[in-house]
Amino acid sequence: MTAAVLFENVSRHFGAVRAVDAVDLAVAEGEFFAMLGPSGSGKTTCLRLMAGFEQPTGGHIEIFGETAEGVPPYRRNVNTVFQDYALFPHLSILDNVAYGLMVKGVAREERRKAAEDALAMVKLPGYGTRRPGQLSGGQRQRVALARALVNKPKVLLLDEPLGALDLKLREQMQEELKTLQKSLGITFVFVTHDQGEALSMADRIAVFNEGRIQQLGTPEDVYKRPKTRFVADFVGSSNILQPEFVTQLGAGRQLASLRPEAIELTGKKDGQLSLSGIVLSRSFLGASNRITVDVSGTKLHVTSPAASPVPEEGSKVTLSFAPADLHLMEAV
Amino acid sequence: MRSDRSASAPLALKIAAAGGLLFLHLPILLIFLYAFTTEEKSYQFPPPGLTLQWFAVTWNRPDVWQALSLSVRVASIATAVALLLGTLCAAAVSQTRFFGRETISLLVILPIALPGIITGIALRSAFSMADIPFSIWTIVLGHATFCVVVVYNNAVARFRRVSGSLVEASMDLGANGFQTFRYVILPNISTALLAGGMLAFALSFDEVIVTTFTGGQQSTLPIWMLQELIRPRQRPVTNVVAMVVVLVTFLPILAAYYLTRDGDQIAGSGK
Repeated sequence: MTAAVLFENVSRHFGAVRAVDAVDLAVAEGEFFAMLGPSGSGKTTCLRLMAGFEQPTGGHIEIFGETAEGVPPYRRNVNTVFQDYALFPHLSILDNVAYGLMVKGVAREERRKAAEDALAMVKLPGYGTRRPGQLSGGQRQRVALARALVNKPKVLLLDEPLGALDLKLREQMQEELKTLQKSLGITFVFVTHDQGEALSMADRIAVFNEGRIQQLGTPEDVYKRPKTRFVADFVGSSNILQPEFVTQLGAGRQLASLRPEAIELTGKKDGQLSLSGIVLSRSFLGASNRITVDVSGTKLHVTSPAASPVPEEGSKVTLSFAPADLHLMEAV
Repeated sequence: MRSDRSASAPLALKIAAAGGLLFLHLPILLIFLYAFTTEEKSYQFPPPGLTLQWFAVTWNRPDVWQALSLSVRVASIATAVALLLGTLCAAAVSQTRFFGRETISLLVILPIALPGIITGIALRSAFSMADIPFSIWTIVLGHATFCVVVVYNNAVARFRRVSGSLVEASMDLGANGFQTFRYVILPNISTALLAGGMLAFALSFDEVIVTTFTGGQQSTLPIWMLQELIRPRQRPVTNVVAMVVVLVTFLPILAAYYLTRDGDQIAGSGK
């Protein structure tokens, strides 16, 4: 099957800065693909390479099998939802949504109807006569989505689209985006620095750092089996265990990651590894408690369900976990 | 001590303010007054009598019409050139990064900081070195040097406010460069261009110094006025011309003021 977006050894250097450095990736058709990373990691530059706002300094890009280098943004069947939405302030909402059809020469009545349908799809029917300045952030975001989708793109690029929204609205939009993507069957490529967002929405995640992909896999893969220390740290929180510590547990001399929720305080069960330590501190997080335990000089974080009993500070506890949860990583 | 906003200002300040405003504007009223005087050789006060005959005299003077026509043509062409070059330059400087960008920005603004006499002498010697005969185009060239700056300054300020992602959004939605300019950039900068263009027109219309050096024997309206003041014949004709010019230019300036007053509401959707 042809990939929706294919990067082969793609680089984008700005002088000495390697914004994107030898990236390989293939986004499958109909996939919800997330590019996750801290700011400056190259994820947005990758998105701009897909949109055509940047040209690669090396490597090869294909969109649905067609070479994309040198093709300007207006000749790509790809549309973008911008981080700041970039709605045209001088046009009404309807004209904003119909813009792509207008420049392609679609007749006035037809594009009006298409724009109204698109607005209804993002749950803003009847907002056509307003101006962007009269809408809230969440509404503007929906308009930006409608404006991109009305063109029936083969790939929809989303640049941190939920970044400016408050928490409740963000959660709601995450679900709506996911539903929309399923029903339309369009390939979504989504840039975010929010690991929770990437985990909950994406079919696959590419974790970026310093212009390179650190790991590419399903959310479960990336979370449970981080390949590098960076991924373990950036995706969720994790206990990074030094090689010396890991050898004492009977594993190889390698860096390892152990998720805080994988550790239990309820005593050792068969087949589990166990450690004993002293409780340093504990904090209440609502649905869970976060407990910091000192195991002979190494601090381990433990997340335990709020319902289970919380040990006192200074008390001795036994930590136990399944050997499979101790995940060995590359040194980086 | 804090001053109370609603408290009345002291009488002395009121008189000073009124005096300042009168000093600024009374001479203009005097110009209007002398357009109606019956005495044509010197401006004596008070005028010995009032008459409307100078309007008829002015109407029948071909030199007035020639000067006025030259000035209007020069100002129109210089403004058109300035709108084109100033906008392009502002777009380049504000939307892209390239080597020498700051230098170009400085060099474009420089002509308005230079004394007109320097610009004038420089252009004149350049014209004579290149054997270019004086014509309407040499005047237009001289005026364009500072007209471009006015348009450029207005456009650059507006371009900075138009987010660069609007242009990207337009391209992303399938609009080529020309469509993006027509449907996104132009509607967003049009009021700035209107204001800059009117200012450029006004500057060109009353320019004297650069014109003296680049005009040769041709007389634009301000130069014609200067010559008229020197010879003591039909002097009130100058006042009539001045009065008409003030009235005719006042209306578009007022219109520009109201059009650009609230810059956020941009009229016309570009369709």
